[in-house]
Amino acid sequence: MAVSERSAGSGAKNAKDARNALGADLGLSGDDLLEMYRLVALARAVDERMWILNRAGRIPFVISGQGHEGAQVGVTWALEKGKDWIAPFYRSIATCLTFGMSPRDIMTAQYATASDPSSGGRQMPGHYGSHEHNLVSVSSPVATQLLHAVGLALAARIRKTGQVALTIMGEGSSNQGDVHEGLNFAAIHKLPFIFIVENNGYAISVPLARQVAGSSVAQRAAGYGIPGVTVDGSDVLACYAAARDAVARARAGDGPTLIEAKVTRLTGHSSDDQQTKYRSEEELAADKSLDPVPKFREQLVAAGILTPEAEEKINAAIAADVHDATEYAEAQPDPHPSTAMRWVYAEDWPSESPPPWGMGEETASGSDSAPDSDAAADDAAADDAAADEAAAPIDESAR
Amino acid sequence: MALKTFIEAIRDGLREEMARDENVIILGEDVGKKGGVFLATDGLWDEFGDDRVIDTPLTESQIIGTSIGAAIGGLRPIAEIQFADFIHPAFNQLVSEAARLRYRSNNGYSAPMVVRAPYGGGVHGALYHSQSVEAFYTHVPGLKVVIPSTPHDAKGLLRSCIRDDDPVLFFEHKKMYRSVRGDVPDGEYTVPLGKAQVTHPGTQVTVIAYGLMAHYALEAADRVADDGISVEVVDLRTLRPLDKETVLDSVRKTGKCLIVYEDNRFGGYGAEVAAIVAEEAFDYLDGPVTRIAGPDVPGVPYNHVLEDWFMVNPEKIEAGIRKLAAY
Ligand SMILES: Cc1ncc(C[n+]2csc(CCOP(=O)(O)OP(=O)(O)O)c2C)c(N)n1
Ligand SMILES: [Mg+2]
Repeated sequence: MAVSERSAGSGAKNAKDARNALGADLGLSGDDLLEMYRLVALARAVDERMWILNRAGRIPFVISGQGHEGAQVGVTWALEKGKDWIAPFYRSIATCLTFGMSPRDIMTAQYATASDPSSGGRQMPGHYGSHEHNLVSVSSPVATQLLHAVGLALAARIRKTGQVALTIMGEGSSNQGDVHEGLNFAAIHKLPFIFIVENNGYAISVPLARQVAGSSVAQRAAGYGIPGVTVDGSDVLACYAAARDAVARARAGDGPTLIEAKVTRLTGHSSDDQQTKYRSEEELAADKSLDPVPKFREQLVAAGILTPEAEEKINAAIAADVHDATEYAEAQPDPHPSTAMRWVYAEDWPSESPPPWGMGEETASGSDSAPDSDAAADDAAADDAAADEAAAPIDESAR
Repeated sequence: MALKTFIEAIRDGLREEMARDENVIILGEDVGKKGGVFLATDGLWDEFGDDRVIDTPLTESQIIGTSIGAAIGGLRPIAEIQFADFIHPAFNQLVSEAARLRYRSNNGYSAPMVVRAPYGGGVHGALYHSQSVEAFYTHVPGLKVVIPSTPHDAKGLLRSCIRDDDPVLFFEHKKMYRSVRGDVPDGEYTVPLGKAQVTHPGTQVTVIAYGLMAHYALEAADRVADDGISVEVVDLRTLRPLDKETVLDSVRKTGKCLIVYEDNRFGGYGAEVAAIVAEEAFDYLDGPVTRIAGPDVPGVPYNHVLEDWFMVNPEKIEAGIRKLAAY
């Protein structure tokens, strides 16, 4: 199938027409659009707070989704929450928020607290996951998750659950061999599988031209005999429309779809990266115009959907959520070493012995590795937790 | 009770588990119509159909990665890797993903799946059809590694692996497929994971082995018995989690420990067993903890003279026992 360009287009003559038109052709109500906007803006606000906390020395590392939020909310909106599956990647903050994780869930991952639902503080920030919300646990080796989503799609097909499995990664990661192996298998078996590439033009410092021969990931879909769609990733509704079509195809048994969403990376690769070393100031300034947040906002304002009152309400709610998530995560205890050998296997094995230095019995504080060593409050909290967790080491809430 | 070959016991185990639980599926190369290159899955495609016995493309990483996803999605996949030698393309999926999923998600996710693969030499398979790969995976917390030596254990352990909630690698010595026969009980018996078995009681030297080497160790024990050397053979069956208790109990009794494995000696699985024995039974030892293992060349050579030189056999084990017994 050919590569197609999509755009939701907002050629409305005036606000009233637009109110009738915007989203209506896609079956989206004004309330849907407001909620989508809230999620886009919430993801941005959570993300910005992460950077502030990083600069303040509260959290050691940030990997950001800024510039990707529009595509993430648009795509995720097309799936059925609590039913379908997503195997996300490290920039998927908006994806995870849209699929049911809370700002607290995201923020506890930044602090690596015992209560972090993604990993109980075991993984680096950005490695989200929630069984409760059908978000598969993220690992660090890129692209491995594609095969897991394909396997989920296979299980859905065999078990006739009607579920769709979607995975997401960057364009650089899409070069991995697992992507080829998985797309081939998914296409052969016409699995209910969707592959989203959030193409931000860079894999850390290496630009698209040095990553992707032909510069289009979507075009590669043709080799597997599946549709490859390119979409403007700053256009939330275009992303929704493309994903909705892909979901329909998947549910109808027509097989996988590849969607390449062109996005921009508004931050460095991570808090450890200085992107001005390889991106010009002009380029960075120009890329600001691709920011999905103001773009979606203006679209909804022009359509008369995002009224000043509605916006004020949303902004207040977001500010409260971000504040709450930060305060909450700040106060959460670190995981205790007594829990560190748990969940290697389903059951404990006597032969899997603890190290000679034990399981942290001596030192009650488990925050030896926290670079923010001035975090006295955290240490105090960990002291309390040590006592609790020794008595009941299984934290059910962290599963 | 019925007399079965090693591969028949495996096939029966697969069939009975598939009949018991419709979530059990098999995927791998040529496992369908052909029934696998060794015929381990012969007849299963006819019986269970396309959805449950899946011929995959030639893509080992996909076989394992898809199995992980399918396991998350509620299936119980049994992945067949055609030869253990070709499992390496899937190393990342096994080590970075399957092994870590439960730990990294703090028990949010797990990957209950079995990876079956024929391993081992002595079959004129040369460098790329003879490898023992267990050490790569026994090194990895989160993976279980099982190597049965008898039809009874193969079937009973396979059942336990399929029902287990963690990823298990199940390595089958290909030389044993048709050369080893044994009694297999009727009915739904299981052999528990993490339990070794003393297959030959003795008092003077403990020989620890698994897979084909467990048979050769028994032969060696018989050979030296005539000279009054009493050997206790421990068949590990599960390599990880290791049944330390059975190993240490035996060594504490005999005071001497020889570990036998077919894989390259350096950094092989037996090195870990040796370290554990040295650390935890030091006070009981009357001789050095020793190993009889494959030589340190990058693969089993093809020419039969060279292959014979490579392979550990009962004579080589016998020599190791005699040397250790003399201490
Ligand atoms: C297998 C593997 N190799 C290298 C890395 C280090 N790494 C992490 S992200 C990244 C770049 C990924 O670029 P892309 O896929 O375009 O995603 P983006 O970060 O741009 O969103 C690299 C090289 C890794 N995590 N995994
Ligand atoms: Mg990129």
